[in-house]
Amino acid sequence: MKFAVVRFPGSNCDQDCVLAINSLPSASAEIVWHKDESLAGYDAVVLPGGFSYGDYLRCGAIARFSPIMTAVKAFAAKGGTVVGICNGFQILCESGLLPGALIRNRGLHFICRHVGVRVEVWNSRFTSAACTGQVLNLPIAHGEGCYYADHATLANLRANDQVLLRYCDTQGRIQADANPNGSLENIAGIRNEAGNVFGLMPHPERACDPLLGSTDGRALFESLLS
Amino acid sequence: MITPDTIAKHGITPEEYERICSILGRSPNLTELGVFSVMWSEHCSYKNSKLELKKFPTTGSRVLVKAGEENAGVIDIGDGWAIAFKMESHNHPSAVEPFQGAATGVGGIIRDIFTMGARPVFSMNSLRFGDIRGTSPQAATNRRLFAGVVAGIAHYGNCIGIPTIGGEVYFDDSYSGNPLVNVFCLGVLRHEQIARGAARGIGNPVFYVGAETGRDGLAGAAFASRELTEESKQDRPAVQVGDPFREKLLLEACLELLASGCVAGIQDMGAAGLTCSTCETASRGGTGVEIDVNLVPKRESGMSPYEILLSESQERMLVIVKKGQEDNVRAIFEKWDLPYALVGIVNDDGMMRVREGDDIVVEIPARQLADEAPLYSREAAPNVPVAPIDVATIAEADCHVALLTLLSHPSIASKRWVWQQYDHMVRLGAVVLPGSDAAVFLIREANKILAASTDCNAIYCKQDPREGAKIAVAEAARNIACTGAIPLAVTDNLNFGNPHKPENFLQLREAIEGLAEACRRFDTPVTGGNVSLYNESPEGAIDPTPTVGMVGLVEDVAHITTQFFKQADDVIILVGEPGDELGASHYLLAVHGRKEGPPPQLDFDREIAVQNAVRALIRMRLVQSAHDCSEGGLAVSLAESCLAGSLALGAEVALLTEAKRADVVLFNESQSRIVISVKPANATSVLSLLEWRGVPARRLGLVTTHPVLRISTAAEVQEWSISELESAHATTIENVMAG
Repeated sequence: MKFAVVRFPGSNCDQDCVLAINSLPSASAEIVWHKDESLAGYDAVVLPGGFSYGDYLRCGAIARFSPIMTAVKAFAAKGGTVVGICNGFQILCESGLLPGALIRNRGLHFICRHVGVRVEVWNSRFTSAACTGQVLNLPIAHGEGCYYADHATLANLRANDQVLLRYCDTQGRIQADANPNGSLENIAGIRNEAGNVFGLMPHPERACDPLLGSTDGRALFESLLS
Repeated sequence: MITPDTIAKHGITPEEYERICSILGRSPNLTELGVFSVMWSEHCSYKNSKLELKKFPTTGSRVLVKAGEENAGVIDIGDGWAIAFKMESHNHPSAVEPFQGAATGVGGIIRDIFTMGARPVFSMNSLRFGDIRGTSPQAATNRRLFAGVVAGIAHYGNCIGIPTIGGEVYFDDSYSGNPLVNVFCLGVLRHEQIARGAARGIGNPVFYVGAETGRDGLAGAAFASRELTEESKQDRPAVQVGDPFREKLLLEACLELLASGCVAGIQDMGAAGLTCSTCETASRGGTGVEIDVNLVPKRESGMSPYEILLSESQERMLVIVKKGQEDNVRAIFEKWDLPYALVGIVNDDGMMRVREGDDIVVEIPARQLADEAPLYSREAAPNVPVAPIDVATIAEADCHVALLTLLSHPSIASKRWVWQQYDHMVRLGAVVLPGSDAAVFLIREANKILAASTDCNAIYCKQDPREGAKIAVAEAARNIACTGAIPLAVTDNLNFGNPHKPENFLQLREAIEGLAEACRRFDTPVTGGNVSLYNESPEGAIDPTPTVGMVGLVEDVAHITTQFFKQADDVIILVGEPGDELGASHYLLAVHGRKEGPPPQLDFDREIAVQNAVRALIRMRLVQSAHDCSEGGLAVSLAESCLAGSLALGAEVALLTEAKRADVVLFNESQSRIVISVKPANATSVLSLLEWRGVPARRLGLVTTHPVLRISTAAEVQEWSISELESAHATTIENVMAG
């Protein structure tokens, strides 16, 4: 399976995503420059973390105008697999491929640490290698990761099983004090209604090597391969 | 018109002015005077410290680029790979504008690293502030500075995607009004990729690339070379504004450019901006450089040549391109959407010549400007040893309370509040997370594991700068040894007061001689660094703070060791003597409010034997955890080893020495001590190996599943629950900053 990892100006997790994907059997990844206009030949697209265009405006608000995003939208419209991690999630929300928005963390600080994340739905193309209720130990690193949406959007997300990941404590309980950024309903990751576009704030690529303390991120990548 | 008043305002002495006139063979114009004032400032020329800095050992089998030769030293790490690293201060800017001051400090040190052709892979920082506790206006100011500096470092480092993986933060009132912000960056490169900051090749074009030049940061180098006063706030225009996104583009473009083979020389524009980069590249190349300020990309119109040359706008580079490669270079700049311009040419007359269109506005011999600033050996006060401390005058504190007081002292308490704001995991290298003795980082492109530590106990340095400086190096090496690594080399950041005051110059000289001796003994050459003098507020000079940044190499993944106890029933062993020195200790400071007495004495032979022994045991896979004894002594070290996060393990230890007071046993800061834990089956052989090596060691006790730390001394038995230790250690800074 061939992944395109898009490099926007200011992307900084692009190389990490390539390394993580290339460490999986039968997967390979290549960097695609944001000024490119085609995704031909790729089976999946990853929008990596970072600070595209410095995130001086709203996070992701400028990156959505990059030339490659036209191709990403067309790729998604045809049912292609698209994953946005951290800044990539923000870009997907800004470009309308996912509903809602990511706003400043509740505590106003940037937060980098491991958190517990519960898999809410296993029968998706992004979580099929995990079990519903499984707790993943994944790193977060963001200043604006507080998921926000209106009531109707949240109701839709729930009704369609679109919330794939929620912040939880080590026992898997969804509690306010297990929520690092104040996101609504502890949301850490969602998919679109069609089920082919996934955005998440945690960094699964930072949890694929046992040397780094957790390999729980592999389940998310492996789901895409199965 | 140059008047004595103009000369004085530029910080130039009458004698220096005479020298300028003789170099030029005429009087300088105002622009030239400005150029000399920044190049001959302490920040750029090290004129008050250079004669002392020559005492450092700078050579070694691993040294590829020596200190002072280029923007940063380069060290061989094997298999054709090398590292470039350096530490630099941004103290004064951070005092008046903490967020941008610290942010641009990070930006500056990162540029120093990629200028060498290295990809920056991690950063650290060493920070000092006044006390942040309490309700006084000064404490509130210190909190504001602390919060601003941490946020500024986070802003720049996180955005550019270079992990900030460790460092240190101390709080002491000597830094009220003059915080220290020392930032460290390390990059990796192949031996053949070392780039030079020299203007080589007569006729080669000179490109300017990066941010447009603005009026920000005018003469920041000169600002950094003055004492801070009540009026320093008005110097805010001397503080630059950082743009980490622009720097990220510049970083990627420069590395792509260097890989393309089109570059003859490259130099960042840091302190003294365009002035420094042109005259230094010319001086290093033995050439001349001629530029036209009209061609320089500018943020605003109407800027004079004086302003353009002295601006310290950030995120700019000067690139000397091989003739004929101009179009390839332009294509790379355009790919990364960076402003650039062809601004000049390399010539053979040894002059730094600046034109404004047809007019020549500056014409100065480059070498004399860049490398021949006057050097001074200032007057040093006589060295008066500090009086020994009589333990009888120290009331014996309740040791139970004292340990909690020490663990909750902001200098010892967990810095989680700080490092959780830094992205320390990007680049997939942080194999030991912040909070252990030294940071350990896997450089994936080179498949090499490095350990890095920054250290300086400034109380020791205040009481005895020579001994304090030696201990700073020894402690850094000890922290490196505790991770299983071999020390490679050192960068230092010398933070002192005004060198014109004899007591300050004495401190500087003593500390440098102490550092130099220690670096020789540990075989860790100094590869570069930074001198920051004039660290004074209206209340006086800071405690002398010669910060040491040391890098070591872990040869095998299996050697990586942390300070945390791992398993119940493991045997706890003290490598080194129990010690009894309380002078200049944190116990005296935090519990008794006394900063006095001589620091502990360092015995190099003992220290090296202890470090070598622990490293050897680690490499034999016999060590579960290793943690040195530093601030707060043995008791703090044991407590920290229990605080691995799970709160599941405790320890039961006994230190039954000859009837000394419990506080002396628990909190003395005698050097050359490391607490290790080993599997029960290995304890006997570890103790015999240590004995065979002639290293004093004793069995202290066991790691337990009972979450309590219990320490027996000849005088008493004390117990602490792990949760009370955790709460004292983990939450102090968060609570202070939230309140």
